[in-house]
Formats: sequence, C-alpha cells, structure tokens
Amino acid sequence: MYIDPHVHMVSRTTDDYERMALAGCVAITEPAFWAGYDRSSAQGFFDYFRTLTDYEPRRAQQYGIAHHTWLCINPKEAEDLGLAREVLEIIPDFLEKPNVLGIGEIGLNKNSRNELRIFEEHVDLAKRHDQMILIHTPHLEDKLKGTKLILDALENAEVDPGRVLVDHVEEHTVELVLDRGFWAGMTLYPDTKCTPQRAADIFEIYGQERIWINSAGDWGPSDPLAVPKCQQELRARGHFEEMIRKVSYDNPLGFLSQSGKFRTSVE
Amino acid sequence: MTDANCPMDRAAVIDRYFLEHRAKLIDLAAFLDRVDRSGDGTVDDFRITAFRKAIEELLESGPGRARRVQEAFSDHSTEPIEQAPMKGALGAFNPNDQA
Repeated sequence: MYIDPHVHMVSRTTDDYERMALAGCVAITEPAFWAGYDRSSAQGFFDYFRTLTDYEPRRAQQYGIAHHTWLCINPKEAEDLGLAREVLEIIPDFLEKPNVLGIGEIGLNKNSRNELRIFEEHVDLAKRHDQMILIHTPHLEDKLKGTKLILDALENAEVDPGRVLVDHVEEHTVELVLDRGFWAGMTLYPDTKCTPQRAADIFEIYGQERIWINSAGDWGPSDPLAVPKCQQELRARGHFEEMIRKVSYDNPLGFLSQSGKFRTSVE
Repeated sequence: MTDANCPMDRAAVIDRYFLEHRAKLIDLAAFLDRVDRSGDGTVDDFRITAFRKAIEELLESGPGRARRVQEAFSDHSTEPIEQAPMKGALGAFNPNDQA
C-alpha cells in the first residue's frame, strides 16, 4: 500500500491508474504544473483547474484511488506578471473544492526576479486563505540556488514550516530543507532527479522524519510506478516493513491530513 | 545528518551493485572518448568542464561524494537573475552566463 503525493495524471493514460492501483496505490495528489507550452490566457487555467477538481477525481475513483490537487500558476509561466496575476485571482474560487489541499506546486524555475515575485504572491495567497503549500524546486544546476532563495522567502513570510512540503530535494538540498523544519519530498525520475537507489541512500543518511517519495509522473520521461519500485529497493536492502510504510504511506498521510480534506479511500 | 547505515553488509552491497556501476563507469569513459572524437576537440564546453571537476570528487575519500558532485554542477550565485533566458536546464552552470 502506498500514497503517491506528487503525480501529474492529466498527462497519463487511464491504464496508468490501473497499474498504480494494482501496485497498491490508494491516494494521490496532483499539483498544477506546466503543460509543456505556455497557456495563452487565464481561461486556459480555469479549464485546467476544472479538470483537476472535477474530471481527474472521477477518473481516479474508478480504480479506487482518492485524487487530490494543489492549484497555482507554475513558475515556468511566471515571467508574464499580468497573466500570472490574473490566474492568482481565479484560484480562490476553487479552494473550497473537496479535493483541493492547498497552493502548489509553486517555487522557482530559473531563479528570476519575476518568478520570485509571483512565488511570494502565491505564498501570500496561501497565508490569507490558510492553505498548505507544495513547493517545486528548480532543475539541475538551478536547484541549489533556487532552494536557498525559496527557503529564505518562506522564512521572510513567516510561514509555518510544518505546513510546507519542499519537493524535488536531492543530496545537496535535503539537509537545507529539513534543518529549517520544512517537509521534504524526493522525486524519483530516471535521469534528472533521484533514482530509487539514491532515494534509499538519502533515507539511510538523513533519516525518515518529515520526508517522502513521489513519482512526479508527467508527460516527460517518468515512471508512475516509481514509488513501489523504491519500496522494493528498500525491501531488497533489508529495511523493515515499518520503515518502508513510514516513508511511502505514514509520512504523506501525516502531512497531507493537516488539510482536513485528505482521504485514503474513495468511499 | 544521522549515522544510519545501509543494512546490507559491505560484500552484499558490492555483490548487488558492482556490475551495474561498472557499466556506468565505462559509459562515462566512452562518453568522454566520444566528445574527444567529435568536431573541434580544442573547444571545451562548460558542461564538460563541470563534468571533469565532478569526476575528481569521485576519487576523494569519505562520505558526501554525491552531494559534492551535485554542487560541482550547481550555480553558487545568490541573487535572482533579471529574466529567465529559457525554460529548461542544461545540467551544469555556465560561469559565462548572466549575473
């Protein structure tokens, strides 16, 4: 049994829901993200948010998977301040939907001034509406700098770190995140983030408190079964089932339940 | 950082992972050979410069090699840039880039 707390099912086929259910997935959360192209208007985001709050929960339910979501405009589309602010204005209309857990995945991409400005405005929105936050940290060479900028901005905003998950941590950023009291997520990607082996190493080195794993399965090279594959890696190394359950089920359950909306069953 | 260890003993770790990582090491060598054989061998690329620096970290003793390799590819500046030049990432920081 497991929870995949970060997966972009709008980019996946219904067959993937079935495979995930067969592998033991009972619940997922799907942050809003970049579609692979820039949307031309806030109306495009309105339709996307309807998909995330209406259509995807019904598609997941057919396979016994409870679907949840986080809403935002992704930092890749934050250079256009006018568009970003229009999208920020429509988000509150969706926050009361039963599967919306908070604001996410917000953060930085190339660490630009406009990205940082829109990130701070998202954090302000989350604070005003008492929402939890899911953070995207940048890719590859931009991750270290972006993670530091994000953590500084969150502390300046005086956000409760226990209600913020900083995702896509790797060997050079995990300690920064955990030491400041935030939750950390490891994304299991074939080339550009953690492999199941390296995630297992990080659990062994940094412990299993306030940390989880996810597939972040999307339209690029990714694997919606990455979480059970990491479970298998931990099992092969001889870790106890209790530890495996903690990082793949208990920890996400504990963090996400703070929203008051998270479910592990579709009933 | 905790002092937790892998529950497998040293021999088991090597038995399980050696062949996989031996193959990856040969892939690295073949990649660098391929770079040398292609085009103008005198023109270096910032990614290959970072790659060579990262490889040096592999030869250091003690823990933290993976973290130091990540840091070898990273942008260590501290101020936001004026404007995002593109959406993607290249895998290594280019020191000739903007400030």
